[in-house]
Amino acid sequence: MFDLKDLYQQVIVDHNKHPRNFGRLEDPSHEAEGYNPLCGDRLHVYLKVDDQDRIEDVRFEGEGCAISMASASLMTEALKGRTLEEFRALFEGFHELVTSSGDVACDETDLGKLAVLGGVRAFPSRIKCATLCWHTMKNAIERSGVARTE
Amino acid sequence: MSLDVAAVKAQFPILDQQVYGKRLVYLDNAATTQKPRAVIHAIQSFYEKDNANVHRGVHALSERATAAYEAAREKVRGLLNACSVREVVFVRGTTEAINLVAQSWGMARLRAGDEILITEMEHHSNIVPWQMLCERTGARLRVLPINDAGELCMEQLPSLLNERTKLVGVVHLSNALGTINPVAEIIRQAHAVGARVLVDGAQAAAHMPIDVQQLDCDFYATSAHKMYGPTGIGVLYAKETLLDEMPPYQGGGDMIRMVTFEHTQYNELPYKFEAGTPNIAGAIGFGAAIDWLRGLDMGEIAAHEQNMLQEATRRAKDLPGLRLVGEAKHRATVLSFTMEGIHPHDLGTILDREGVAIRAGHHCAMPVMQRFGVPATVRASLAAYNTLDDLDALFLALEKACAMFA
Ligand SMILES: Cc1ncc(COP(=O)(O)O)c(C=O)c1O
Repeated sequence: MFDLKDLYQQVIVDHNKHPRNFGRLEDPSHEAEGYNPLCGDRLHVYLKVDDQDRIEDVRFEGEGCAISMASASLMTEALKGRTLEEFRALFEGFHELVTSSGDVACDETDLGKLAVLGGVRAFPSRIKCATLCWHTMKNAIERSGVARTE
Repeated sequence: MSLDVAAVKAQFPILDQQVYGKRLVYLDNAATTQKPRAVIHAIQSFYEKDNANVHRGVHALSERATAAYEAAREKVRGLLNACSVREVVFVRGTTEAINLVAQSWGMARLRAGDEILITEMEHHSNIVPWQMLCERTGARLRVLPINDAGELCMEQLPSLLNERTKLVGVVHLSNALGTINPVAEIIRQAHAVGARVLVDGAQAAAHMPIDVQQLDCDFYATSAHKMYGPTGIGVLYAKETLLDEMPPYQGGGDMIRMVTFEHTQYNELPYKFEAGTPNIAGAIGFGAAIDWLRGLDMGEIAAHEQNMLQEATRRAKDLPGLRLVGEAKHRATVLSFTMEGIHPHDLGTILDREGVAIRAGHHCAMPVMQRFGVPATVRASLAAYNTLDDLDALFLALEKACAMFA
């Protein structure tokens, strides 16, 4: 059985307390707002993508539980310097990490530090907290608007 | 005499279990209470012995089912001290009761420029139906604010009531704050300007005696599932004179006396408002819950819950970083709070793994959250079966959460 310690790992507690890349980004090329009406988590992500489709800078603002804040913080770290192509692969990998039951098919090492969020698998009511930022980011890249996880 | 809590608790089979290897501590009673064996058995026995449709059969089962359904109505009448069973309309719950009033009474009575007054601490179910009504009629929704303690700003009530006020909607016992509102005084002032009053009693019925005649309220709504009864059944009480004038809310079987394609004559009260096959087993379970409550002493239940709430409040104030949301002088059953540096949803998950069931969220009262500047709170809510052991478990789990987030 998964224990609380698998969910609230030190990395998560730390990123929640000290979120990286937190705050507004001036002149973003893409941005989007994400909202989870069920628990009131609210995120805004900002991106600066260069003409090579590479994420030059990424920041986020918002409020939410430790899982959603840490997930957003870890996501921004993971995305900086990546191409949009790479974002899509990470999005899929992350989604699989947090939703797949049983063995994770994707290679957790590809996800790097993001793998610490794998613990939410055992807490179904919290999966949306971890994925909100990723859906918001996807929306920012594909179109601008409000992402919802319900 | 004081409540024999152990004996009460022993009547709730669901409480005798472990979750994640921990004793279940159920402190989410404002969302729904658990059901005593008497209620579970009444429903089971109905399905095993008496099940049939009501008001339409000539056979023995149908007569028994009808008698049991109508006996339940009489029990609800007694619970609320209504004058007559004609004033007791079975509905799905508080939400449907309020929607019934908004759509039937409201659509018939409200005109552009009229006003509906509600309070800042209402549950969404006592906000949204009125907003929908205002949109359709051009009436205006006004709001009586609350103070920092979570009490209504009663001194502002006179200035919000005027001859345009047609209805006042107020919660008897707030699910988000635990505040017990001075509904009798509100009703007196509202009636003085000719307004009708709907009291949302979803939370109240399990925790205090209700007397609609003494209150002189025009409408009273409550749900069985928050007072040890089943889900899917509740009651709208309304004064007979009002129900008489109100058009039906839904059309169908049971609510008619005579139907031709030219004309339909509606049934008498309360059946005019009960279209279709009702929740028969639910009503019977509701009746069983009322009988069960009557077998206890409401004064003793209230005293027990009040002692527990005071003890919980005292311990809460000793916990560094804990902020109470709702400290009304007259308060019952609800301890709503936030913890510095820990989001309510994280607390909810951590407490859950300790076996402690609480609610984390906006409690369907987003305006209350906005008023106190929090996205959500943690809410522990008490019932007759909660013990000091439950409070121990709650506070132990909170300390564990603090350590985890330190
Ligand atoms: C104060 C209050 N009003 C209304 C409701 C709605 O009751 P129901 O969901 O049973 O219709 C609730 C239930 O949460 C409540 O606490």
